[in-house]
Amino acid sequence: MTWVPTGLRARLVITFLLVAVTASAMVAGLGYQLVRRELLDRAERAAVADVRDTLSTVTLPVGASDVVWPSDSTVTDDDLAGLVNALSGPGRTVIMTYGDLQHTSPGGRFTMSDVPDQLRWQAGRRLVYQRLRIGNQPWLLVATQIQRVNQSGAKRATGLTAYVFVSLAEEEGVLFRLRNALAQAGGITLTIALTVALVSARRVLLPVRRLGVAARALGSGDLHVRLPVRGKDELAELTATFNETAAALEHTVSELRTLESLSRRFVADVSHELRTPLTAMTAVTDMLTEDAAGLPDDAGEAMLIVVREIDRLRVLVEHLIEISRFDSGAAVLRKESVDVGDCLADSLEMRGWADQVKLTMPVGLTFSLDPRRFDVIVANLVGNALQHGSPPVLVRARVDRQGLEVTVRDHGRGIPEQALPHVFDRFFKAGSDRARSVGSGLGLAIAKANAELHNGTITVERREPGTLFRLGIPRS
Amino acid sequence: MSQFHVEDGRTSGPNHNDRVAGILLVEDDPSVRTGLELALTRQGHSVTTFATGEEALDHVRARRPEIVILDVMLPGIDGVEVCRRIRKLDSLPIILLTARGDDLDVVVGLEAGADDYVVKPVEPRVLDARIRAILRRLESASADRVSFGDLVIDRGALKISLNGREIHLTPTELRLLLELVRHSGQVLNRRYLLRAVWDHTHVADSRLVDACVQRIRAKIEPVPADPVFIHTVRGFGYRFSPP
Repeated sequence: MTWVPTGLRARLVITFLLVAVTASAMVAGLGYQLVRRELLDRAERAAVADVRDTLSTVTLPVGASDVVWPSDSTVTDDDLAGLVNALSGPGRTVIMTYGDLQHTSPGGRFTMSDVPDQLRWQAGRRLVYQRLRIGNQPWLLVATQIQRVNQSGAKRATGLTAYVFVSLAEEEGVLFRLRNALAQAGGITLTIALTVALVSARRVLLPVRRLGVAARALGSGDLHVRLPVRGKDELAELTATFNETAAALEHTVSELRTLESLSRRFVADVSHELRTPLTAMTAVTDMLTEDAAGLPDDAGEAMLIVVREIDRLRVLVEHLIEISRFDSGAAVLRKESVDVGDCLADSLEMRGWADQVKLTMPVGLTFSLDPRRFDVIVANLVGNALQHGSPPVLVRARVDRQGLEVTVRDHGRGIPEQALPHVFDRFFKAGSDRARSVGSGLGLAIAKANAELHNGTITVERREPGTLFRLGIPRS
Repeated sequence: MSQFHVEDGRTSGPNHNDRVAGILLVEDDPSVRTGLELALTRQGHSVTTFATGEEALDHVRARRPEIVILDVMLPGIDGVEVCRRIRKLDSLPIILLTARGDDLDVVVGLEAGADDYVVKPVEPRVLDARIRAILRRLESASADRVSFGDLVIDRGALKISLNGREIHLTPTELRLLLELVRHSGQVLNRRYLLRAVWDHTHVADSRLVDACVQRIRAKIEPVPADPVFIHTVRGFGYRFSPP
C-alpha cells in the first residue's frame, strides 16, 4: 500500500508526539529531581551524622579547660592522626587542623587549598557542608570545628577542625543510570506514541481514503461501488451517505441507460422491420425502371420518383442498421494485412468513381485493417467529396511510423467554419444547398465510427478552396 | 403452394446472358418472394419458389434445381439448417439471403456449406451477378487429371478422389481447390481468390474464402486441424503445396 502523506496525518502525528514528549518530559523530570534530591540529602545526612558522631567521642584535651589556645595544648600530630583515622573511610579524604598542626588522611588527594575560604570561615562556628566538584568528581565536604561546653555552659570553639571530603561518585552513578533509564523510557514512550499516532491516523484516514477511491470509481463510471459502514461515528455517517448517493445515482443512470437502450433498440427494430418491405420493393425497382419508359409521361415520371425514393430509403435503412450496430457495440473488427492501393482502387472502381478521382499513393502499400470497414470509410468520404465538393477530388494514402493516413480533398466551396465541428454528427446538413442531398445524413458518422473501431480518427479542415478529410489509422 | 415455373421468361434485360438457371427460391415473406421471383425471371432464370424449408427440401429431393437461394429467417427449420440438410444430399450451389447482415448468421451459414451470401435488401442486379458467377464455376477448365499422392483431381470431370474414394465438392469448393492447385506452391491472397472464384469485383467478405477452405480441408485433409495440402499463410492467404 502506498502511503501518501496527507495534511491530516501529519497534524495528528505531530500533536500526538508533542503530547507524549511533554508528558514524559514532565514526569521524568519531576521524578528525577525528587530522586536526586532525596538521594543526595540522604548521603549528606549520613556523612554529617557520621562526622558528628565520630567527633563527639573525641577525648583529646582540647577545650576541656580554659586552656584554649592551641599553643597551650598538648595535642600532638599523632592525636590528629588518630582522629583522621577514625573519620576516614573508603572514598573519603580527611584533613584535621589544630593550630599549626595539620594532618591529612593517607593517600588523601586534597589539601586545604581545596577548601573554599567561606567554608573554612563558617566551619569555625558550626558544622557546615557543601557539595563540590573537584577534578570533575562530585564531593561532599563536611567541615566543623569541635566545640566544647565549658563550665559556665557557653560553647567554646576548640580550634580543632575537621574537613571530611565524602565522595558522591556512587550517588552520581545511580543518578546517571536513572537518567539513562528515563531517557530509554522516554524513547520507548515516543515510539509508542508515534505508532499509536500512525495507527489512529490510519483508522481515521483509511475510511477517508476509501471514500476518495470510491468517489473516483463512481466518477469514472463504476456505479456499483459501495463501502462497508463500520461503527457509528461521523465517518460512518459519511460513508452511509456516500452509499445512498451512489445507489441513487446508479438507479438514475440505469433508468437512463434503459431508456437509451430502448430507444436504440427501437431504431434498430424499426430499421429491421423496414428491411423486409424494402427488399420486396428493391427486387422490382429495376423492372419498374425498365417499364417506366412505356408508361404515359406523368405516370412514368411518378414511377421513376418511386424508384428513386426507394433507393434512398434503402440507403437510409442500411445506414441506420449500420449505426445501430455501432450503438449496440455489435460492430466487430476483422483485420487482415491488405494492399491499401488495391482496396482503394476496388472501392472507387466498384462505385464507378475511378474516372472522377485522382488517386496518389506509393505502390505496394500494405497495412493491417478491416478491408470492408476501410471500404465503407473511403466510400463515404469520397462520396461526400463528389456530392458536395467540386472536382478535382484527390485521394492520397501513405504509411509512416504512426500508421496509415488517407486524405480526401475536394475543391468545392467548402464547409462553413462554424459547421466544421458538426460534420460528423448524425443527420447534420451543412448549409442550405445540402438540405436535400442524396445521402442518408449518416455517411460521415458511420465513417467516423468505423475509423474509431480501428482506434483511428477522421478530421476535417478547410482548404482554399475546398475541404480536406484526413483519416488516420494507427499501427496495431 | 406457390410453385411457379416460367418456361421462357427472358426479356431484353441488361444482365442476361445465354445461361438460364433453374433456381429454387425459399423465402417466407410473400412480397419478397414474389418480387425476387419476378426480377429473377425477368433476368432470364427459371424460378421455383417455396415458403418453408420443409417444402423446399422435398422438392430438392424430387427435382434437383441448379441453384438454391435460401432466406435465413424461415418459419420451422431455418435457412442454415435447410442448407445443412441439402449439403448432406447434394453439392448444388446455395446462396443465403441474410436479413440481418448479422455476422453470426453469415459465419454459421458459410460453415453450413453455403457458397455465397447476399444481404437484404438486395438489388436484383447483384443477386443475378452472384448467380451467374456461381454457374460459371460449373463450367470448367481443361480436361486433365492431376494427382498429388492419394489426391487425384480430374479437372475435366470436376471430380476429385482421395485414396480412390470419390469426394464430392461443391462447385465453389472445387473451383477454389483448382485455383489453388493451378498456382501450386504460390501464396494466393484472399482478394485474389475472391475475384478468381467468386467473381467478386468489389471489396468482398474474406470469410467466404476462409469458410470454403475449412470445408475443403474437412473433406480432403487427413487431419483438418493439421493440413498437409492447403496451408494458411498468416496475414496473406493460402498456399497449396502437396506433401
